[in-house]
Amino acid sequence: MTGADQPPVASVSDLILRYGKVTALDRVTLDIPAGMMVGLIGPDGVGKSSLLSLLAGARVIQDGGVHVLGGDMRDAGHRSRVCPRIAYMPQGLGKNLYPTLSVEENLEFFGRLFGHDKAERDRRILDLLTATGMSPFRDRPAAKLSGGMKQKLGLCCALIHDPDLLILDEPTTGVDPLSRRQFWDLIDSIRATRPDMSVITATAYMEEAARFDWLVAMNAGKVLATGTTAELLARTGAADLDRAFIALLPAADRGDDQEVVIPPRDATDGEIAIEAEHLTQRFGDFTAVNDVSFRIAKGEIFGFLGSNGCGKTTTMKMLTGLLEPTEGIARLFGHEVDARDLAVRRRVGFMSQAFSLYSELTVRQNLELHARLFALEEAKIPARVAEMAERFDLGDVADALPEALPLGIRQRLSLAVALIHGPEILILDEPTSGVDPVARNGFWRILADLSRKDGVTIFVSTHFMNEAEWCDRISLMHAGEVLISDTAEAIKASKGCETLEDAFVAYLQEAIDKTAPPPAPAPEAANQAAPAAAPAPPHPQRRFSLRRLLSYSRLESLQLQRDPIRLAMALVGSLLLMVVIGLGINMDVEDLTFAVLDRDQTTASRDYVADIAGSRYFTERPALQGYDDMDARMRAGEISLAIEIPAGFAADVARGRTVEIGAWFDGANPTQSGTVQGYIQGMHGDWITRKMREALGSAALAGDFELVTRYRYNPDVKSIVAMVPAVLPMLLLMIPAILTTLSVAREKELGSIINFYVTPVTRLEFLLGKQLPYMALAMVNFVLMMVMAVFVFRVPFTGSFIGFSMSALVFVTASTALGFLVSVFISSQVAALFATTLLTMIPAVSYSGLIDPVSSLEGFGRTIGEVYPATWFITAARGAFSKSFGFVELIQPTLAMAASVPIILGLSVSFLKKQER
Amino acid sequence: MNLKNVRNLGVKELRGLWRDWIMLALIVYSFSLSVWTSANSSPETLSNAAISIVDEDQSQLSSRIVSAFYQPYFVPPNLITAAEIDTRMDAGLDTFALNIPPDFQRDVLAGKAPAIQLNIDATRMSQAFTGGGYVSQIVSSEVSEFVSGYRAQSTLPVELALRARYNPSLDPGWFGAINSVIQSITMLSLILTGSALIREKEHGTVEHLLVMPVTPTEIMLSKIWSMGLVVLLGSTFSLTVVVQGLMNVPVAGSVPLFLAGAVLMMVAMTSMGIFMATVAGTMPQFALLMMMVLIPLQILSGGMTPRESMPEFIQTIMLAAPNTHFIILSQSILFRGAGLEVVWPQLLALAVIGAVLFWLALRQFRAFLR
Repeated sequence: MTGADQPPVASVSDLILRYGKVTALDRVTLDIPAGMMVGLIGPDGVGKSSLLSLLAGARVIQDGGVHVLGGDMRDAGHRSRVCPRIAYMPQGLGKNLYPTLSVEENLEFFGRLFGHDKAERDRRILDLLTATGMSPFRDRPAAKLSGGMKQKLGLCCALIHDPDLLILDEPTTGVDPLSRRQFWDLIDSIRATRPDMSVITATAYMEEAARFDWLVAMNAGKVLATGTTAELLARTGAADLDRAFIALLPAADRGDDQEVVIPPRDATDGEIAIEAEHLTQRFGDFTAVNDVSFRIAKGEIFGFLGSNGCGKTTTMKMLTGLLEPTEGIARLFGHEVDARDLAVRRRVGFMSQAFSLYSELTVRQNLELHARLFALEEAKIPARVAEMAERFDLGDVADALPEALPLGIRQRLSLAVALIHGPEILILDEPTSGVDPVARNGFWRILADLSRKDGVTIFVSTHFMNEAEWCDRISLMHAGEVLISDTAEAIKASKGCETLEDAFVAYLQEAIDKTAPPPAPAPEAANQAAPAAAPAPPHPQRRFSLRRLLSYSRLESLQLQRDPIRLAMALVGSLLLMVVIGLGINMDVEDLTFAVLDRDQTTASRDYVADIAGSRYFTERPALQGYDDMDARMRAGEISLAIEIPAGFAADVARGRTVEIGAWFDGANPTQSGTVQGYIQGMHGDWITRKMREALGSAALAGDFELVTRYRYNPDVKSIVAMVPAVLPMLLLMIPAILTTLSVAREKELGSIINFYVTPVTRLEFLLGKQLPYMALAMVNFVLMMVMAVFVFRVPFTGSFIGFSMSALVFVTASTALGFLVSVFISSQVAALFATTLLTMIPAVSYSGLIDPVSSLEGFGRTIGEVYPATWFITAARGAFSKSFGFVELIQPTLAMAASVPIILGLSVSFLKKQER
Repeated sequence: MNLKNVRNLGVKELRGLWRDWIMLALIVYSFSLSVWTSANSSPETLSNAAISIVDEDQSQLSSRIVSAFYQPYFVPPNLITAAEIDTRMDAGLDTFALNIPPDFQRDVLAGKAPAIQLNIDATRMSQAFTGGGYVSQIVSSEVSEFVSGYRAQSTLPVELALRARYNPSLDPGWFGAINSVIQSITMLSLILTGSALIREKEHGTVEHLLVMPVTPTEIMLSKIWSMGLVVLLGSTFSLTVVVQGLMNVPVAGSVPLFLAGAVLMMVAMTSMGIFMATVAGTMPQFALLMMMVLIPLQILSGGMTPRESMPEFIQTIMLAAPNTHFIILSQSILFRGAGLEVVWPQLLALAVIGAVLFWLALRQFRAFLR
């Protein structure tokens, strides 16, 4: 190895990292040698990932120093210079991939980010896909890849730019042994062609770590020890790394760790607990489980191995009756499993992968709830809960919330919950993923007890080989089929292998060779393929690159196309809302129902009523019979207006005596009733004028002056004409802003934002790239809404369409940018949605001249109104629709909006962090 | 079906909600502050309307008219020239422009009935109508007062006695407050159940429930009763304490009858919440879907503007939505004091729609659990 005489590839000194009160890294000082394969070992939550993200420059350095590739990672200039030389693959299967994009689209995205042109991209993608054996899957969406393939794709994406430093965070967690082995072979072959490349890897698998060049053992934010595997083993005097790691732990954390010893099983009792006969499960044309058969005796510990998505969980579901098999029979204790038979579930305890406890219930409440759901007698529940708490050592934490507990204790709680009803069969789906070795050993001692003392049949799936060896028998699953089912010794013997892992790899290889012609050239081929990639010259980092910008635009449009709900919102959301508002919110009151109580029944009284009935505002209903009738019909909402004409009306009018007509109207809805009041007073006045004119001639009514009212721009005073130019800006503001906020918040929530942190893309490229597709969509919406307004709602458009479209374009630029400004402060999608709605709509409704002109506002509101782009677009919209604004008149509001765009974008860029906090 | 399971799971939902501060805050806000603010913000009343006046007369009368426009209804008028009217109105600076012609006072006194022109920007619809009425009243009372030296009192031979029923003083706050309670019931029953299901899905606890001896019907019913109970308690509190107690808004009809309707409404809306949650899958998708479903439901159901002014086909389509019936029912009971004899068709409709939605949601939920 070349590492010894080279300066370290990375070094950290007194590094401290805190998340709130939790200290993730506690004064870590470390030099990582270059040109080597360095492993970070330790259980979950000890600070491995934090350290790696700091090395990759993805996270802000709080305290202490980090030097990578010869420079200070606090210096943004150095970070941007070295980021094309570093590749970072974060933890989690496919965390930095885009699940809806295909293998090839993912790779192209990364290629573009690193500035490769089409020819170079194609060449590199071809090389990488060939080397990893992924070529047959290039069109498959990343979400549909198996765990191993996702990690290979992640690696391809990381390697596309020939990095000098490769940082891998638990790349093989949740991946089957063969894929794991292939993954490391791939890394080896790449290192063979690029000997200077340094690799830093975190892993939870000690078997894997044993083959690395140099190890860093970490616990509780501190480095326990460093050195080669041999050095660590020698120092602790342990036989393997697992035990060496436990020996390195401080005494307090080591607890009373003992070797796990599973007593031999008394196999005389031949009762079969679980039996699967030709189980098959198909989802559509996809066969998840194919013809699986096995028998498990009572009290046996039966292990299940296989990669994520190979059908383990589906098989388990069929055994518990959760899922009805497409073909085949599952039997528990000789009885066929019936999905509808809840009694079966009482005999089975199930502990799923995700520690699926109610995080909002305390430990005790979780236990009690499950006891009740399994219909334990109410009187016996407290005793049973106490018994379980005692047995699983949960007494001290009974009133704590699970989230506050360490993983190891949560796992014991999950097991206690699964056992609360005393099941005869226990099904455990990867119960120990991510748990530290001490807790894992303790867990297995409990399992041994359950099996040997209580005779519980245990069916467990795992990725750990040492756990597999503790099982009485093991099954290996691959692509829905059981490859082998036997004892660990027999499996090893059948392939003549030293270790269980080697035997499994042999079986998996055999299965793959059988089903398909070898899809990938073996590592030898990779050796030949990789050098082709090597000579590519490093690309100079450009300040602004259109290609990087457009690569984000492409990414965004592809993702949007494949998300039906967001696409619906983006494409037709505003149109839908516009139709709803246009049809639903109508201030014009027409066809109001009224009825008359005519106690006079003369020509004069009928003449009075005819005036009302004849108007388009009112519709007459059958006459009223009296006050009770009026009350009842009004209460039922049948009429909104009742008119009473008193007896002797005609006679009194004729004699000039004062008469009073009574009118009652429904005042519940004040908007409506105000209008009704106006109409009825107006008609009453008209009737009187007409009568007086008939009697006295027109001279009698001349007033002091005449008020000539001109309803300008909307002479018929139709609400739709006023509404559309106001609604259009609202919708073009709210929906595009929501979509852009979501697009950033989504990346933050799902983790793919890491690609922005560690690739050369600049903040402006990132934002503009994301903005373009949403601007295009907003303009499509604009056109649709215009068509709707003009041709369906028949709102007259009097101004310049070209000018107005130009205004709209500037406005959607501003509104999409506003979304970014909100997004930089928010990291959850739901919060983004509500915050954007409120933050864009409140100023738009109150301060943008929608109800009152900005000129009549004062103070803060006025200032906001004058700079807010919505103000100017409302002016432009009203002008273009109703006030015959030509191109020239539209220039001024458009320029006012345009002025805000660089400000909003500039603020967004300056607040957007290119590192995680 | 095991009712004990339904009860236990429901209690679990309530405990979960108790620890969800954001949801609790939303519930408290929707039933208290939100009701209060929607009662006190009434966009229909005129305040600080922008008016400009062209005074070409410069007489005693014209200056009286100018000084008659004052706050809070109008901002102090801008005095402009006739040429400025068009540009200012085009730019949207003024909502009203009053043009007093030359020799106005002389012509009035001479009994020539001169014309005075009022320009109204009718694109500001809500202000145009009410404001126009105010301006015309102000001008005529100033003119009459000037002419006769006292306020004109014209007696008409036929008088119209107009009385508003159910809200005699036409206080818009009454409508706003009660309407806001109705809207909160609709929104919360949808959000609470939907997010409760999505939370379980995101935490993987749905899977977990399925291996226990409980059925999908029990899971669904437990969510409906628990979240329904929360909304029911919230709305009772809001209606009796906030609306009747603090704001002194009279409730005409029987609160228990209204709550009975609310229960049926909750069954319908919670089922819809579960349906949408199974379609959406994640919280952000659910929130987006909710925007596209809830806003149309609320606008078109007759809660904001009267149903009668909507096109016929919208009215017909909206009969399938529970909101429409619930709003008719609530307005009849709460405003007009209607009893069971009046609102039974709405109760029946709500029950039928609720049952259909429950069935659809259960079917979808079962498929989703597979």
